[in-house]
Amino acid sequence: MEAADVTASARRSAGRRLAGLFHGRPRLQVGALLAGPIGWLAIGYLGSLLVLLVTAFWSLGELSGEIEHTFTLDNFKTIVESPVYREIAGRTVAMAAAVTVADAILAFPIAFFMAKVASPRVKGLLVVAVLLPLWSGYLVKVYTWRTIMSGGGVLSWVGLGAPTDDLVRIWLVMTYLWLPYMIIPLYAGLERIPNSVLSASEDLGAGPGYTFRRVILPLVFPAMVAGSIFTFSLTLGDFITPLLVSKTQLIGNVVYSNFTTDLPLAAAFSIVPIIVMVLYLLIARRLGAFEHL
Amino acid sequence: MKTKGDGRPARMAWLIAAGLVAALVGIGCGGGGDSTSSDVQQSVGEGEGEVDLIAWAGYVEDGSTDPSADWVTDFEKQTGCKVNVKVGNTSDEMVQLMRTGQYDGVSASGDATLRLIEGGDVAPVNTDLVSNYADVFPGLKDQPYNSVDGQMYGIPHGRGANLLMYNTEEVKPKPPNSWSVVFDPKQAEKYSGHITAYDSPIYIADAAVYLMKHEPDLGITNPYELDDEQFNAAIDLLKEQNEHIGEYWSDYTKEISSFANGDTTVGTTWPYQFLTLKADNKPVKAVYPSEEGSTGWSDTWMISSEAKHPNCMYMWMNHILEPQVQADVAEWFGEAPANSVACEPKYLKKGPFPDVNHCKKYDAAGDKYLDDLHYWATPLSDCGDDRGDVCKDYTDWVQAWTEVKG
Amino acid sequence: MRLSRPTGILLRLGVGLTLLFIYIPLVVIGVYAFSSATTLEWPPPGFTLEWFSKAVENAGARDAVLTSVEVGLIATALALVLGTLASLAVARHRFFGRETISFLVILPIALPGIVTGIALNSTFSQVLGIPLSLLTVVVGHATFCIVVVYNNVIARLRRTSASFEEASADLGAHTWQTFRFVTLPNMRTALVAGALLAFALSFDEIIVTTFTIGAGQETLPIWFFNNFARPNNLPIVNVVALFVIVASMIPVYLAHRLTRDEEGAAGARGGGAIAGGDAAAEATAAP
Repeated sequence: MEAADVTASARRSAGRRLAGLFHGRPRLQVGALLAGPIGWLAIGYLGSLLVLLVTAFWSLGELSGEIEHTFTLDNFKTIVESPVYREIAGRTVAMAAAVTVADAILAFPIAFFMAKVASPRVKGLLVVAVLLPLWSGYLVKVYTWRTIMSGGGVLSWVGLGAPTDDLVRIWLVMTYLWLPYMIIPLYAGLERIPNSVLSASEDLGAGPGYTFRRVILPLVFPAMVAGSIFTFSLTLGDFITPLLVSKTQLIGNVVYSNFTTDLPLAAAFSIVPIIVMVLYLLIARRLGAFEHL
Repeated sequence: MKTKGDGRPARMAWLIAAGLVAALVGIGCGGGGDSTSSDVQQSVGEGEGEVDLIAWAGYVEDGSTDPSADWVTDFEKQTGCKVNVKVGNTSDEMVQLMRTGQYDGVSASGDATLRLIEGGDVAPVNTDLVSNYADVFPGLKDQPYNSVDGQMYGIPHGRGANLLMYNTEEVKPKPPNSWSVVFDPKQAEKYSGHITAYDSPIYIADAAVYLMKHEPDLGITNPYELDDEQFNAAIDLLKEQNEHIGEYWSDYTKEISSFANGDTTVGTTWPYQFLTLKADNKPVKAVYPSEEGSTGWSDTWMISSEAKHPNCMYMWMNHILEPQVQADVAEWFGEAPANSVACEPKYLKKGPFPDVNHCKKYDAAGDKYLDDLHYWATPLSDCGDDRGDVCKDYTDWVQAWTEVKG
Repeated sequence: MRLSRPTGILLRLGVGLTLLFIYIPLVVIGVYAFSSATTLEWPPPGFTLEWFSKAVENAGARDAVLTSVEVGLIATALALVLGTLASLAVARHRFFGRETISFLVILPIALPGIVTGIALNSTFSQVLGIPLSLLTVVVGHATFCIVVVYNNVIARLRRTSASFEEASADLGAHTWQTFRFVTLPNMRTALVAGALLAFALSFDEIIVTTFTIGAGQETLPIWFFNNFARPNNLPIVNVVALFVIVASMIPVYLAHRLTRDEEGAAGARGGGAIAGGDAAAEATAAP
């Protein structure tokens, strides 16, 4: 026994010694834990956002079109003064709102069914069914929608008629693309509502409509906001969908087309979605959405 | 293990992070923006094993699109240089790709060449190292868009015109012979929603070409050098056209599929899309509008100043000028070759679309079109005539294009 | 939960419509994969299996899938490490700036991809002078995947009390042992779920990838982008898409089972305390 004790204490592993360093020193623990993530996110990511912000203040060489490090406010002036940028920004935000609402409406029945009504087996199948489209390739889906909505495509084939209005087309495709991102948080949020609450509401005499409006909706609202973070932000930056199914420009298109020719202007205009999303996130956090992501 | 640390290390971590971010931005402000100029290469040594090119669609074919269009495979066999090609949709994309320094060469049009030269992204070319250069048509050598002070900056590839393509079953009654079918509101409304245009600021020049004929009072002589009045007229014309546009194209395959399934019935195109659709038996025709003329391009192969495979690039530049290759490319894309020898029947007969009259049709020697074909060029603020420095430069064009599309 | 008949019918109708909406385009993709035309014509003129063999032979497609898997695995690994570290710090400690971490972590995925893309592109090419490559793609992907891991892990950490870890320490386990035998097993399924979701995000990402990828390389989405353009390869694209959809059923189902089982088990066994405690005791018994 004694020999074993001696050997045991003599062989204090390196791991134990290192652990000893951290023991009782919570600040060191926190520092070590956070060094990686904070370094990556704060320095790397925020740093690159700052680089973008700084780029917005630069100008272009006249003939070469290359970026010159001469400070100028012209890019911001252009964005503020030229009405087309305001129109595009407004159009994009409105589209984001429209897509979010459509997704919320479409997502609710299936999320509720999955959370409260379906048997565990069906629930599992539905989860797979809802998540599967996320893997089918974004571009493939957009191109497929392009043909579905074209003159000779599926929609006219079944007699519904192909949508020709650009904004409707974009709205349709984006509602489709981001739907899973709304279903999942809604489903998680609905699951958290104890069945007892719903039964209590029923016992107290509320009809389904009333229960929905006064009980379910307020409880699930933070989860909806969580889902809307994705639908909103994805719409705000997407340029591929408008490019492929319409001739309209959204914020993403302006940034994308200026990226090659006028990076400072693209950078300046991209500040707009950054501001919008940061504000949105702050409001969402206030509404408790961060618990539901 | 919830502890109530005073958080000092974490606070320090934030401060360090903030400091590093500031440093990063500082580096950003200091660095960048350098231009590398380089000396002309004096000799071509051993091939480096591969070459990275940026090219227009249809310029670098290895048989994968169509077995009859292949001038890459034997190049790779002869020189050992594997060809990697990135297709650029617009000159702007090509300029931006060249600036990354990750490519060896580019087939640049006139609206890219000067920007690349000025930006130091391309190196002067020693034409003595390219044996086929001697046979290039004189009208393509030492032009303002491919040379500076007598020093060539590239090897001519070929030239051609943007055409008006239309669906023969939808566009009635007469086949159009003028751009007014897409610009004149009365005619454009007939095809509203089915018209297409090229998605690049350079398309403003096409509006200018139209105005040259239909609003001569504006006095436009060069569609790339427009002063305020002329420029605004062109932009207004394009904004009107925008209402009837179905979609803009920069990806040539998007235009092909749009015409093929009938979503687009009339609009501007490169000959390449027309030839592809015709080979697929689609009811389309393409014309060079004799009433106004058109914009076009004269392309030049340029070598990057940061080329990692310069020898292979020179070998490629010589290869693309080979008479048979020139004949193949010219027929495949639908343009006039740069090498005069390529026009000999023995080469034209063996191309993908054999036609011994190809060079006559496409006016390879450059007499017929000269007056009303306006090659893509970079708009500069210096009008180049007695108006002085009042013209719109390319940045203005870019910003205006955003407005046109709304 | 029991619903009245009309509500139940209405609900099922809604579910049916939504599922129809979700799956019609996927069915169309499947139909195109068998279509004999080389353009996206509807209805297809005929049916053929030839694109399947062409897809298998197509080196570009194979390489792109492998590249996407590679990038996805590395980005997921990075996200796992960084996300776990961050969530451990936030869930188990108090410090200055704790509330902002969740904000910081979600920022990369909440800001539009094009903003992240051009920001990273500018930083890499102009400030740092690094050539774009798969490495830069991995960096971009890992950045927005961190939040997925973080959210899953921190939800789990918040649900399991810190008292297990304290108990483990009291029994003599040092920090690594506690982590290995107590914390990690509790987090395991959260990690797997987070990893699967992160992989999925990375696999299908195109916008940030466009701006961070190097000259000759292709992830699967980039390959789609480049090959929708080539008439001869278009049908192969649909085949590959179909293959990915079918293949992904497995990991998606796994992820669901894992997260579901964990919650069920936790309820039944009282939080796995015994398992955790046993392991810790075992570990400290050995010298």
